[in-house]
Amino acid sequence: MYRYIASRVLLAIPTLVGAAALVFVLMRLIPGDICVVRLGSGGSNVDPRAVAACHAELGLDRPVILQFLDFVWNFSRLDFGISMWSGKPVAEEIAARLPISLEIAVMATVFAILIAIPLGTISALKQNSWIDHVVRTVAIAGIATPSFWLGIVSILAVLDISNAVFGAPWMPPIDYVPFWEDPLRNLSMAILPALTVGYRYAAVSMRMTRSAMLEVLREDYIRTARAKGLLERLVINRHALKNALLPVVTLIGIEFAFLIGGLVVTEQVFNLNGVGRLFVLAVQNQDYTLTQALVMLTVTIFVFANLAVDLLYAWLDPRIRLG
Amino acid sequence: MRGSIRASAWADGGSAVVDLAPTYVATAAEASESPRSWRAGIIRFCRREPLGTVGLVLVLVMALAGLSAEWIAPYSPTSNDFAAMTEPPSWAHLMGTDQFGRDLFSRIIFGARTALIVGFSCAMIGGITGLVLGVGSAYFGGRLDLLLQRVFDVVMAFPLIIMALAVIAIFGGGVHNVIVAITIPLMPRCARVVRSSALAIREVPYIDAARACGFGHTRIILRHMVPNVMAPFLIMLTAFVGQAILAEASLSYLGLGVQEPTPAWGLMLQGGAEEFASTAPWIAIFPGLAIALTVFGFSLFGDALRDALDPKLRER
Repeated sequence: MYRYIASRVLLAIPTLVGAAALVFVLMRLIPGDICVVRLGSGGSNVDPRAVAACHAELGLDRPVILQFLDFVWNFSRLDFGISMWSGKPVAEEIAARLPISLEIAVMATVFAILIAIPLGTISALKQNSWIDHVVRTVAIAGIATPSFWLGIVSILAVLDISNAVFGAPWMPPIDYVPFWEDPLRNLSMAILPALTVGYRYAAVSMRMTRSAMLEVLREDYIRTARAKGLLERLVINRHALKNALLPVVTLIGIEFAFLIGGLVVTEQVFNLNGVGRLFVLAVQNQDYTLTQALVMLTVTIFVFANLAVDLLYAWLDPRIRLG
Repeated sequence: MRGSIRASAWADGGSAVVDLAPTYVATAAEASESPRSWRAGIIRFCRREPLGTVGLVLVLVMALAGLSAEWIAPYSPTSNDFAAMTEPPSWAHLMGTDQFGRDLFSRIIFGARTALIVGFSCAMIGGITGLVLGVGSAYFGGRLDLLLQRVFDVVMAFPLIIMALAVIAIFGGGVHNVIVAITIPLMPRCARVVRSSALAIREVPYIDAARACGFGHTRIILRHMVPNVMAPFLIMLTAFVGQAILAEASLSYLGLGVQEPTPAWGLMLQGGAEEFASTAPWIAIFPGLAIALTVFGFSLFGDALRDALDPKLRER
């Protein structure tokens, strides 16, 4: 097991270096110069000497290869540097926005699990019945519906309902307040984005639960369990569901790693100042250090979420031996 | 296919019938059976997969709308009528008008063309490149496989939307660049799935037999391996069309995809949709419904195709 973990961590290194190279090259291919944008924001002509000084200050006058090596070395020491746009430490910029994104991601995951596993199981147990058709249709609709549109429609619904009930339209708050400070305000801010993102997440997991359950329900040991007179509830909960959940766990883990990408658009719709929005701003402002740090953070989460899922898989299923 | 070619030869070349009469009699019978068997196959698919049929109908309706937009759309998608801004749905404007007085129904019909061009182009380019890379990686194995796997890891770890953001920032917006931006992340996904199927096929004795016969790598890959990974590939293609349409809509919504005045569903949801959400909700509702219904159609059809192509699922 330890050897397997070590080999997977070693395999992650080329992926991380590759991702670092890709984001480094992509950012430098974007036309424009952050110094010109920064200095010219007042609309006046930019003094070339000021641009040169700005380049020197940000380290952009150094050879590109040295800039890349610096970036990789600093990242390996978890030093993300200073944001080229705001001048604040990147870690601080991310830390200020991470709680809101993390809260939405965790809430969306909880929502997805609570919806997907029971509905997916029922759908498999009642295969080809009307319940199955309804669940499958709801699941496919979840995959087909753009989350940003669902966000717009949910805001529209909240506006209309609040107007009809209270006589004045109400909008969910956009500023982040920690849960322990004001739980009601915190939840009213996070619930709609979480449901919007979670619907798609739930839909994907529901389909996986259904197909995994269908697969397991046809196994010989399920027939044996039924033949020996075991209660159907026990057959489903102890024998079928426990085994069918393995691929679902994998999927939930991988989808969680992808959530940061999914939040880019949702945060835009709800006007939330989270990591997703920071991503868009960082690319648009050509903030190399911030974009590089955000990409590396996302890729690292993705790589290690995959590893965690594989380890969890082996822990849940003793037949799987890693190594 | 064989039947239909021979049927046309039967219809055109009367003189050939004299020399090859026995052959042609047989193939003519085959040809007459072929359309019937196709029809029977379609009817069987519709009966077995009612949801898939709904999906196919949705896809066909959208495709038809996109192909014949000029004839169906009552107005030009770009013409403004400032006397009819944010008008609710009526007989004159079936889905109402937007904040610039443009007819939403016409824009949605033309938007279907944009969505399908992006969807099919991304799916075909990404799918075929992924197919070649996946089968090649599995067939040759060794260092090439290892290298390609690491490259796929890197591209797959990049969130699709982030990669697209960077590509659009470099090359600019517009349909062609959106296609490039969305296609890049689709390639490794296809390659991964195809590779896993191709790895199993590589070990099958007929591949060894083909090698023993002295066939070249290209022939073995194209004639013996690719046809055997077609089922997962086709299913993935339908999923890719839907994913690409969603990605294009998201990018256009962020202002990074298709640019005005090209009608695109995601672009229609940008700006006006939120601003006029309470006073003109149709601006937000109809384009979103168009995206959802189209992707829904592709997903339903893809699922049904998977069930029809997988004998294990068909038995259930």
